[in-house]
Amino acid sequence: MTLLLDIALVAWLLALAVHVAVQQEERSAIIALLAFGLLLGLAWVRLAAPDVALTEIAIGGGGTAVLLLRAEAALRGRDRQEEEMTRAGKLAVAAACAAISAGLGFAVLTLSAPAPTLAPAASEALAQTGLGNPVTAVLLAYRALDTLLEKVVVLLALVGVWSLAPDGLWGGAPDVKPSAVPAPLSYLARVLPPFGVVIGIYMFWVGADAPGGTFQAGTVLAAMWLLMMMAGLTPAPDTARPLLRIALMGGPALFLVIAFLGFVFAGGFLAYPEGFAKPLIVAIEAALTISVAAALAMLVAGPARKAPAR
Amino acid sequence: MSGLGDIVTVVLVTAGALLFLAGTLGLLRFPDTLSRLHAISKADNLGLGLIVIGLLPQAASLTGGLKPICVWLLAQLSAATASQLLARTIYRDPAEP
Repeated sequence: MTLLLDIALVAWLLALAVHVAVQQEERSAIIALLAFGLLLGLAWVRLAAPDVALTEIAIGGGGTAVLLLRAEAALRGRDRQEEEMTRAGKLAVAAACAAISAGLGFAVLTLSAPAPTLAPAASEALAQTGLGNPVTAVLLAYRALDTLLEKVVVLLALVGVWSLAPDGLWGGAPDVKPSAVPAPLSYLARVLPPFGVVIGIYMFWVGADAPGGTFQAGTVLAAMWLLMMMAGLTPAPDTARPLLRIALMGGPALFLVIAFLGFVFAGGFLAYPEGFAKPLIVAIEAALTISVAAALAMLVAGPARKAPAR
Repeated sequence: MSGLGDIVTVVLVTAGALLFLAGTLGLLRFPDTLSRLHAISKADNLGLGLIVIGLLPQAASLTGGLKPICVWLLAQLSAATASQLLARTIYRDPAEP
């Protein structure tokens, strides 16, 4: 029975992937990509990886699709001088994609069985970190450098989006509020955020011991903030506002400070002193959650569209 | 207790799944966007509600049972808002497909 479900899931995923690739109409392709992200999340659940599933649904499905939809809406109706791709160019792209697929397929098929795993080692050292969720231990203790760079990448993406603002509007606020806010949207923006904020904080807090964590919690909080900005309940902040900049930088900065203090107190970069691992990790995660929430919300809100208030 | 609970689960979850099937059929077959919205809202609200009530006898604890109810309420809130916003856009501008 579950095999039937798995086969159906894989068939849906393949069909949606083909649909996204061949669909001419951009909006339809993006909505299909959103559905693809949700189904991929289900696939991760079937592989017993709820942490990955949550991130996939939040970032891979929801977040990316919203960014693409906004980009599509911004481009829609503009005079686009599209240069038709040459046949040779199309063939080159197709060949490169096929080579990547074939390489990946080959790599998966030649994996040694049983696959080499570090899972027992990860579980064994779990007690030293004081955490209950081995995924969080990998992210913030064993492979903390990867996580640090990952969050910096989000900030770099935001710098890229912000730099699209015209010179005169630099430091100003993005424009997310429609000219007339529909009543249902305004209602939702009043009712949903209290629940959303509780759920977001819960996801961050429970991440130490169960599936959840900074990216998942940050996405929920960012969505609530965006909802309130779109309904005009709270103004979009000036991108030059110090408080916003501190919120954005706080997570990675705290991470770096604790990482360098590791030299003094624990004998190495990104090492936690004995017995303090869990409180330090929770502090880093709290700051990172705020940074991720602010960065994601500002990414969707886009570059400055209003002159900065002076 | 568990026998009766299982019967309730099977009956209600089946009814919910049938509603989702009917809603999907409506989504695919109905001629215009407003009727399609109507069909899918039925599936979202009533179908999901039946499935949630059907799963309640299987809940291990009180909080375990409260969670799916909260999910249902939140899904109803977001589905109703999304339907209203979509319907409003079409009502204002019938040229949109």
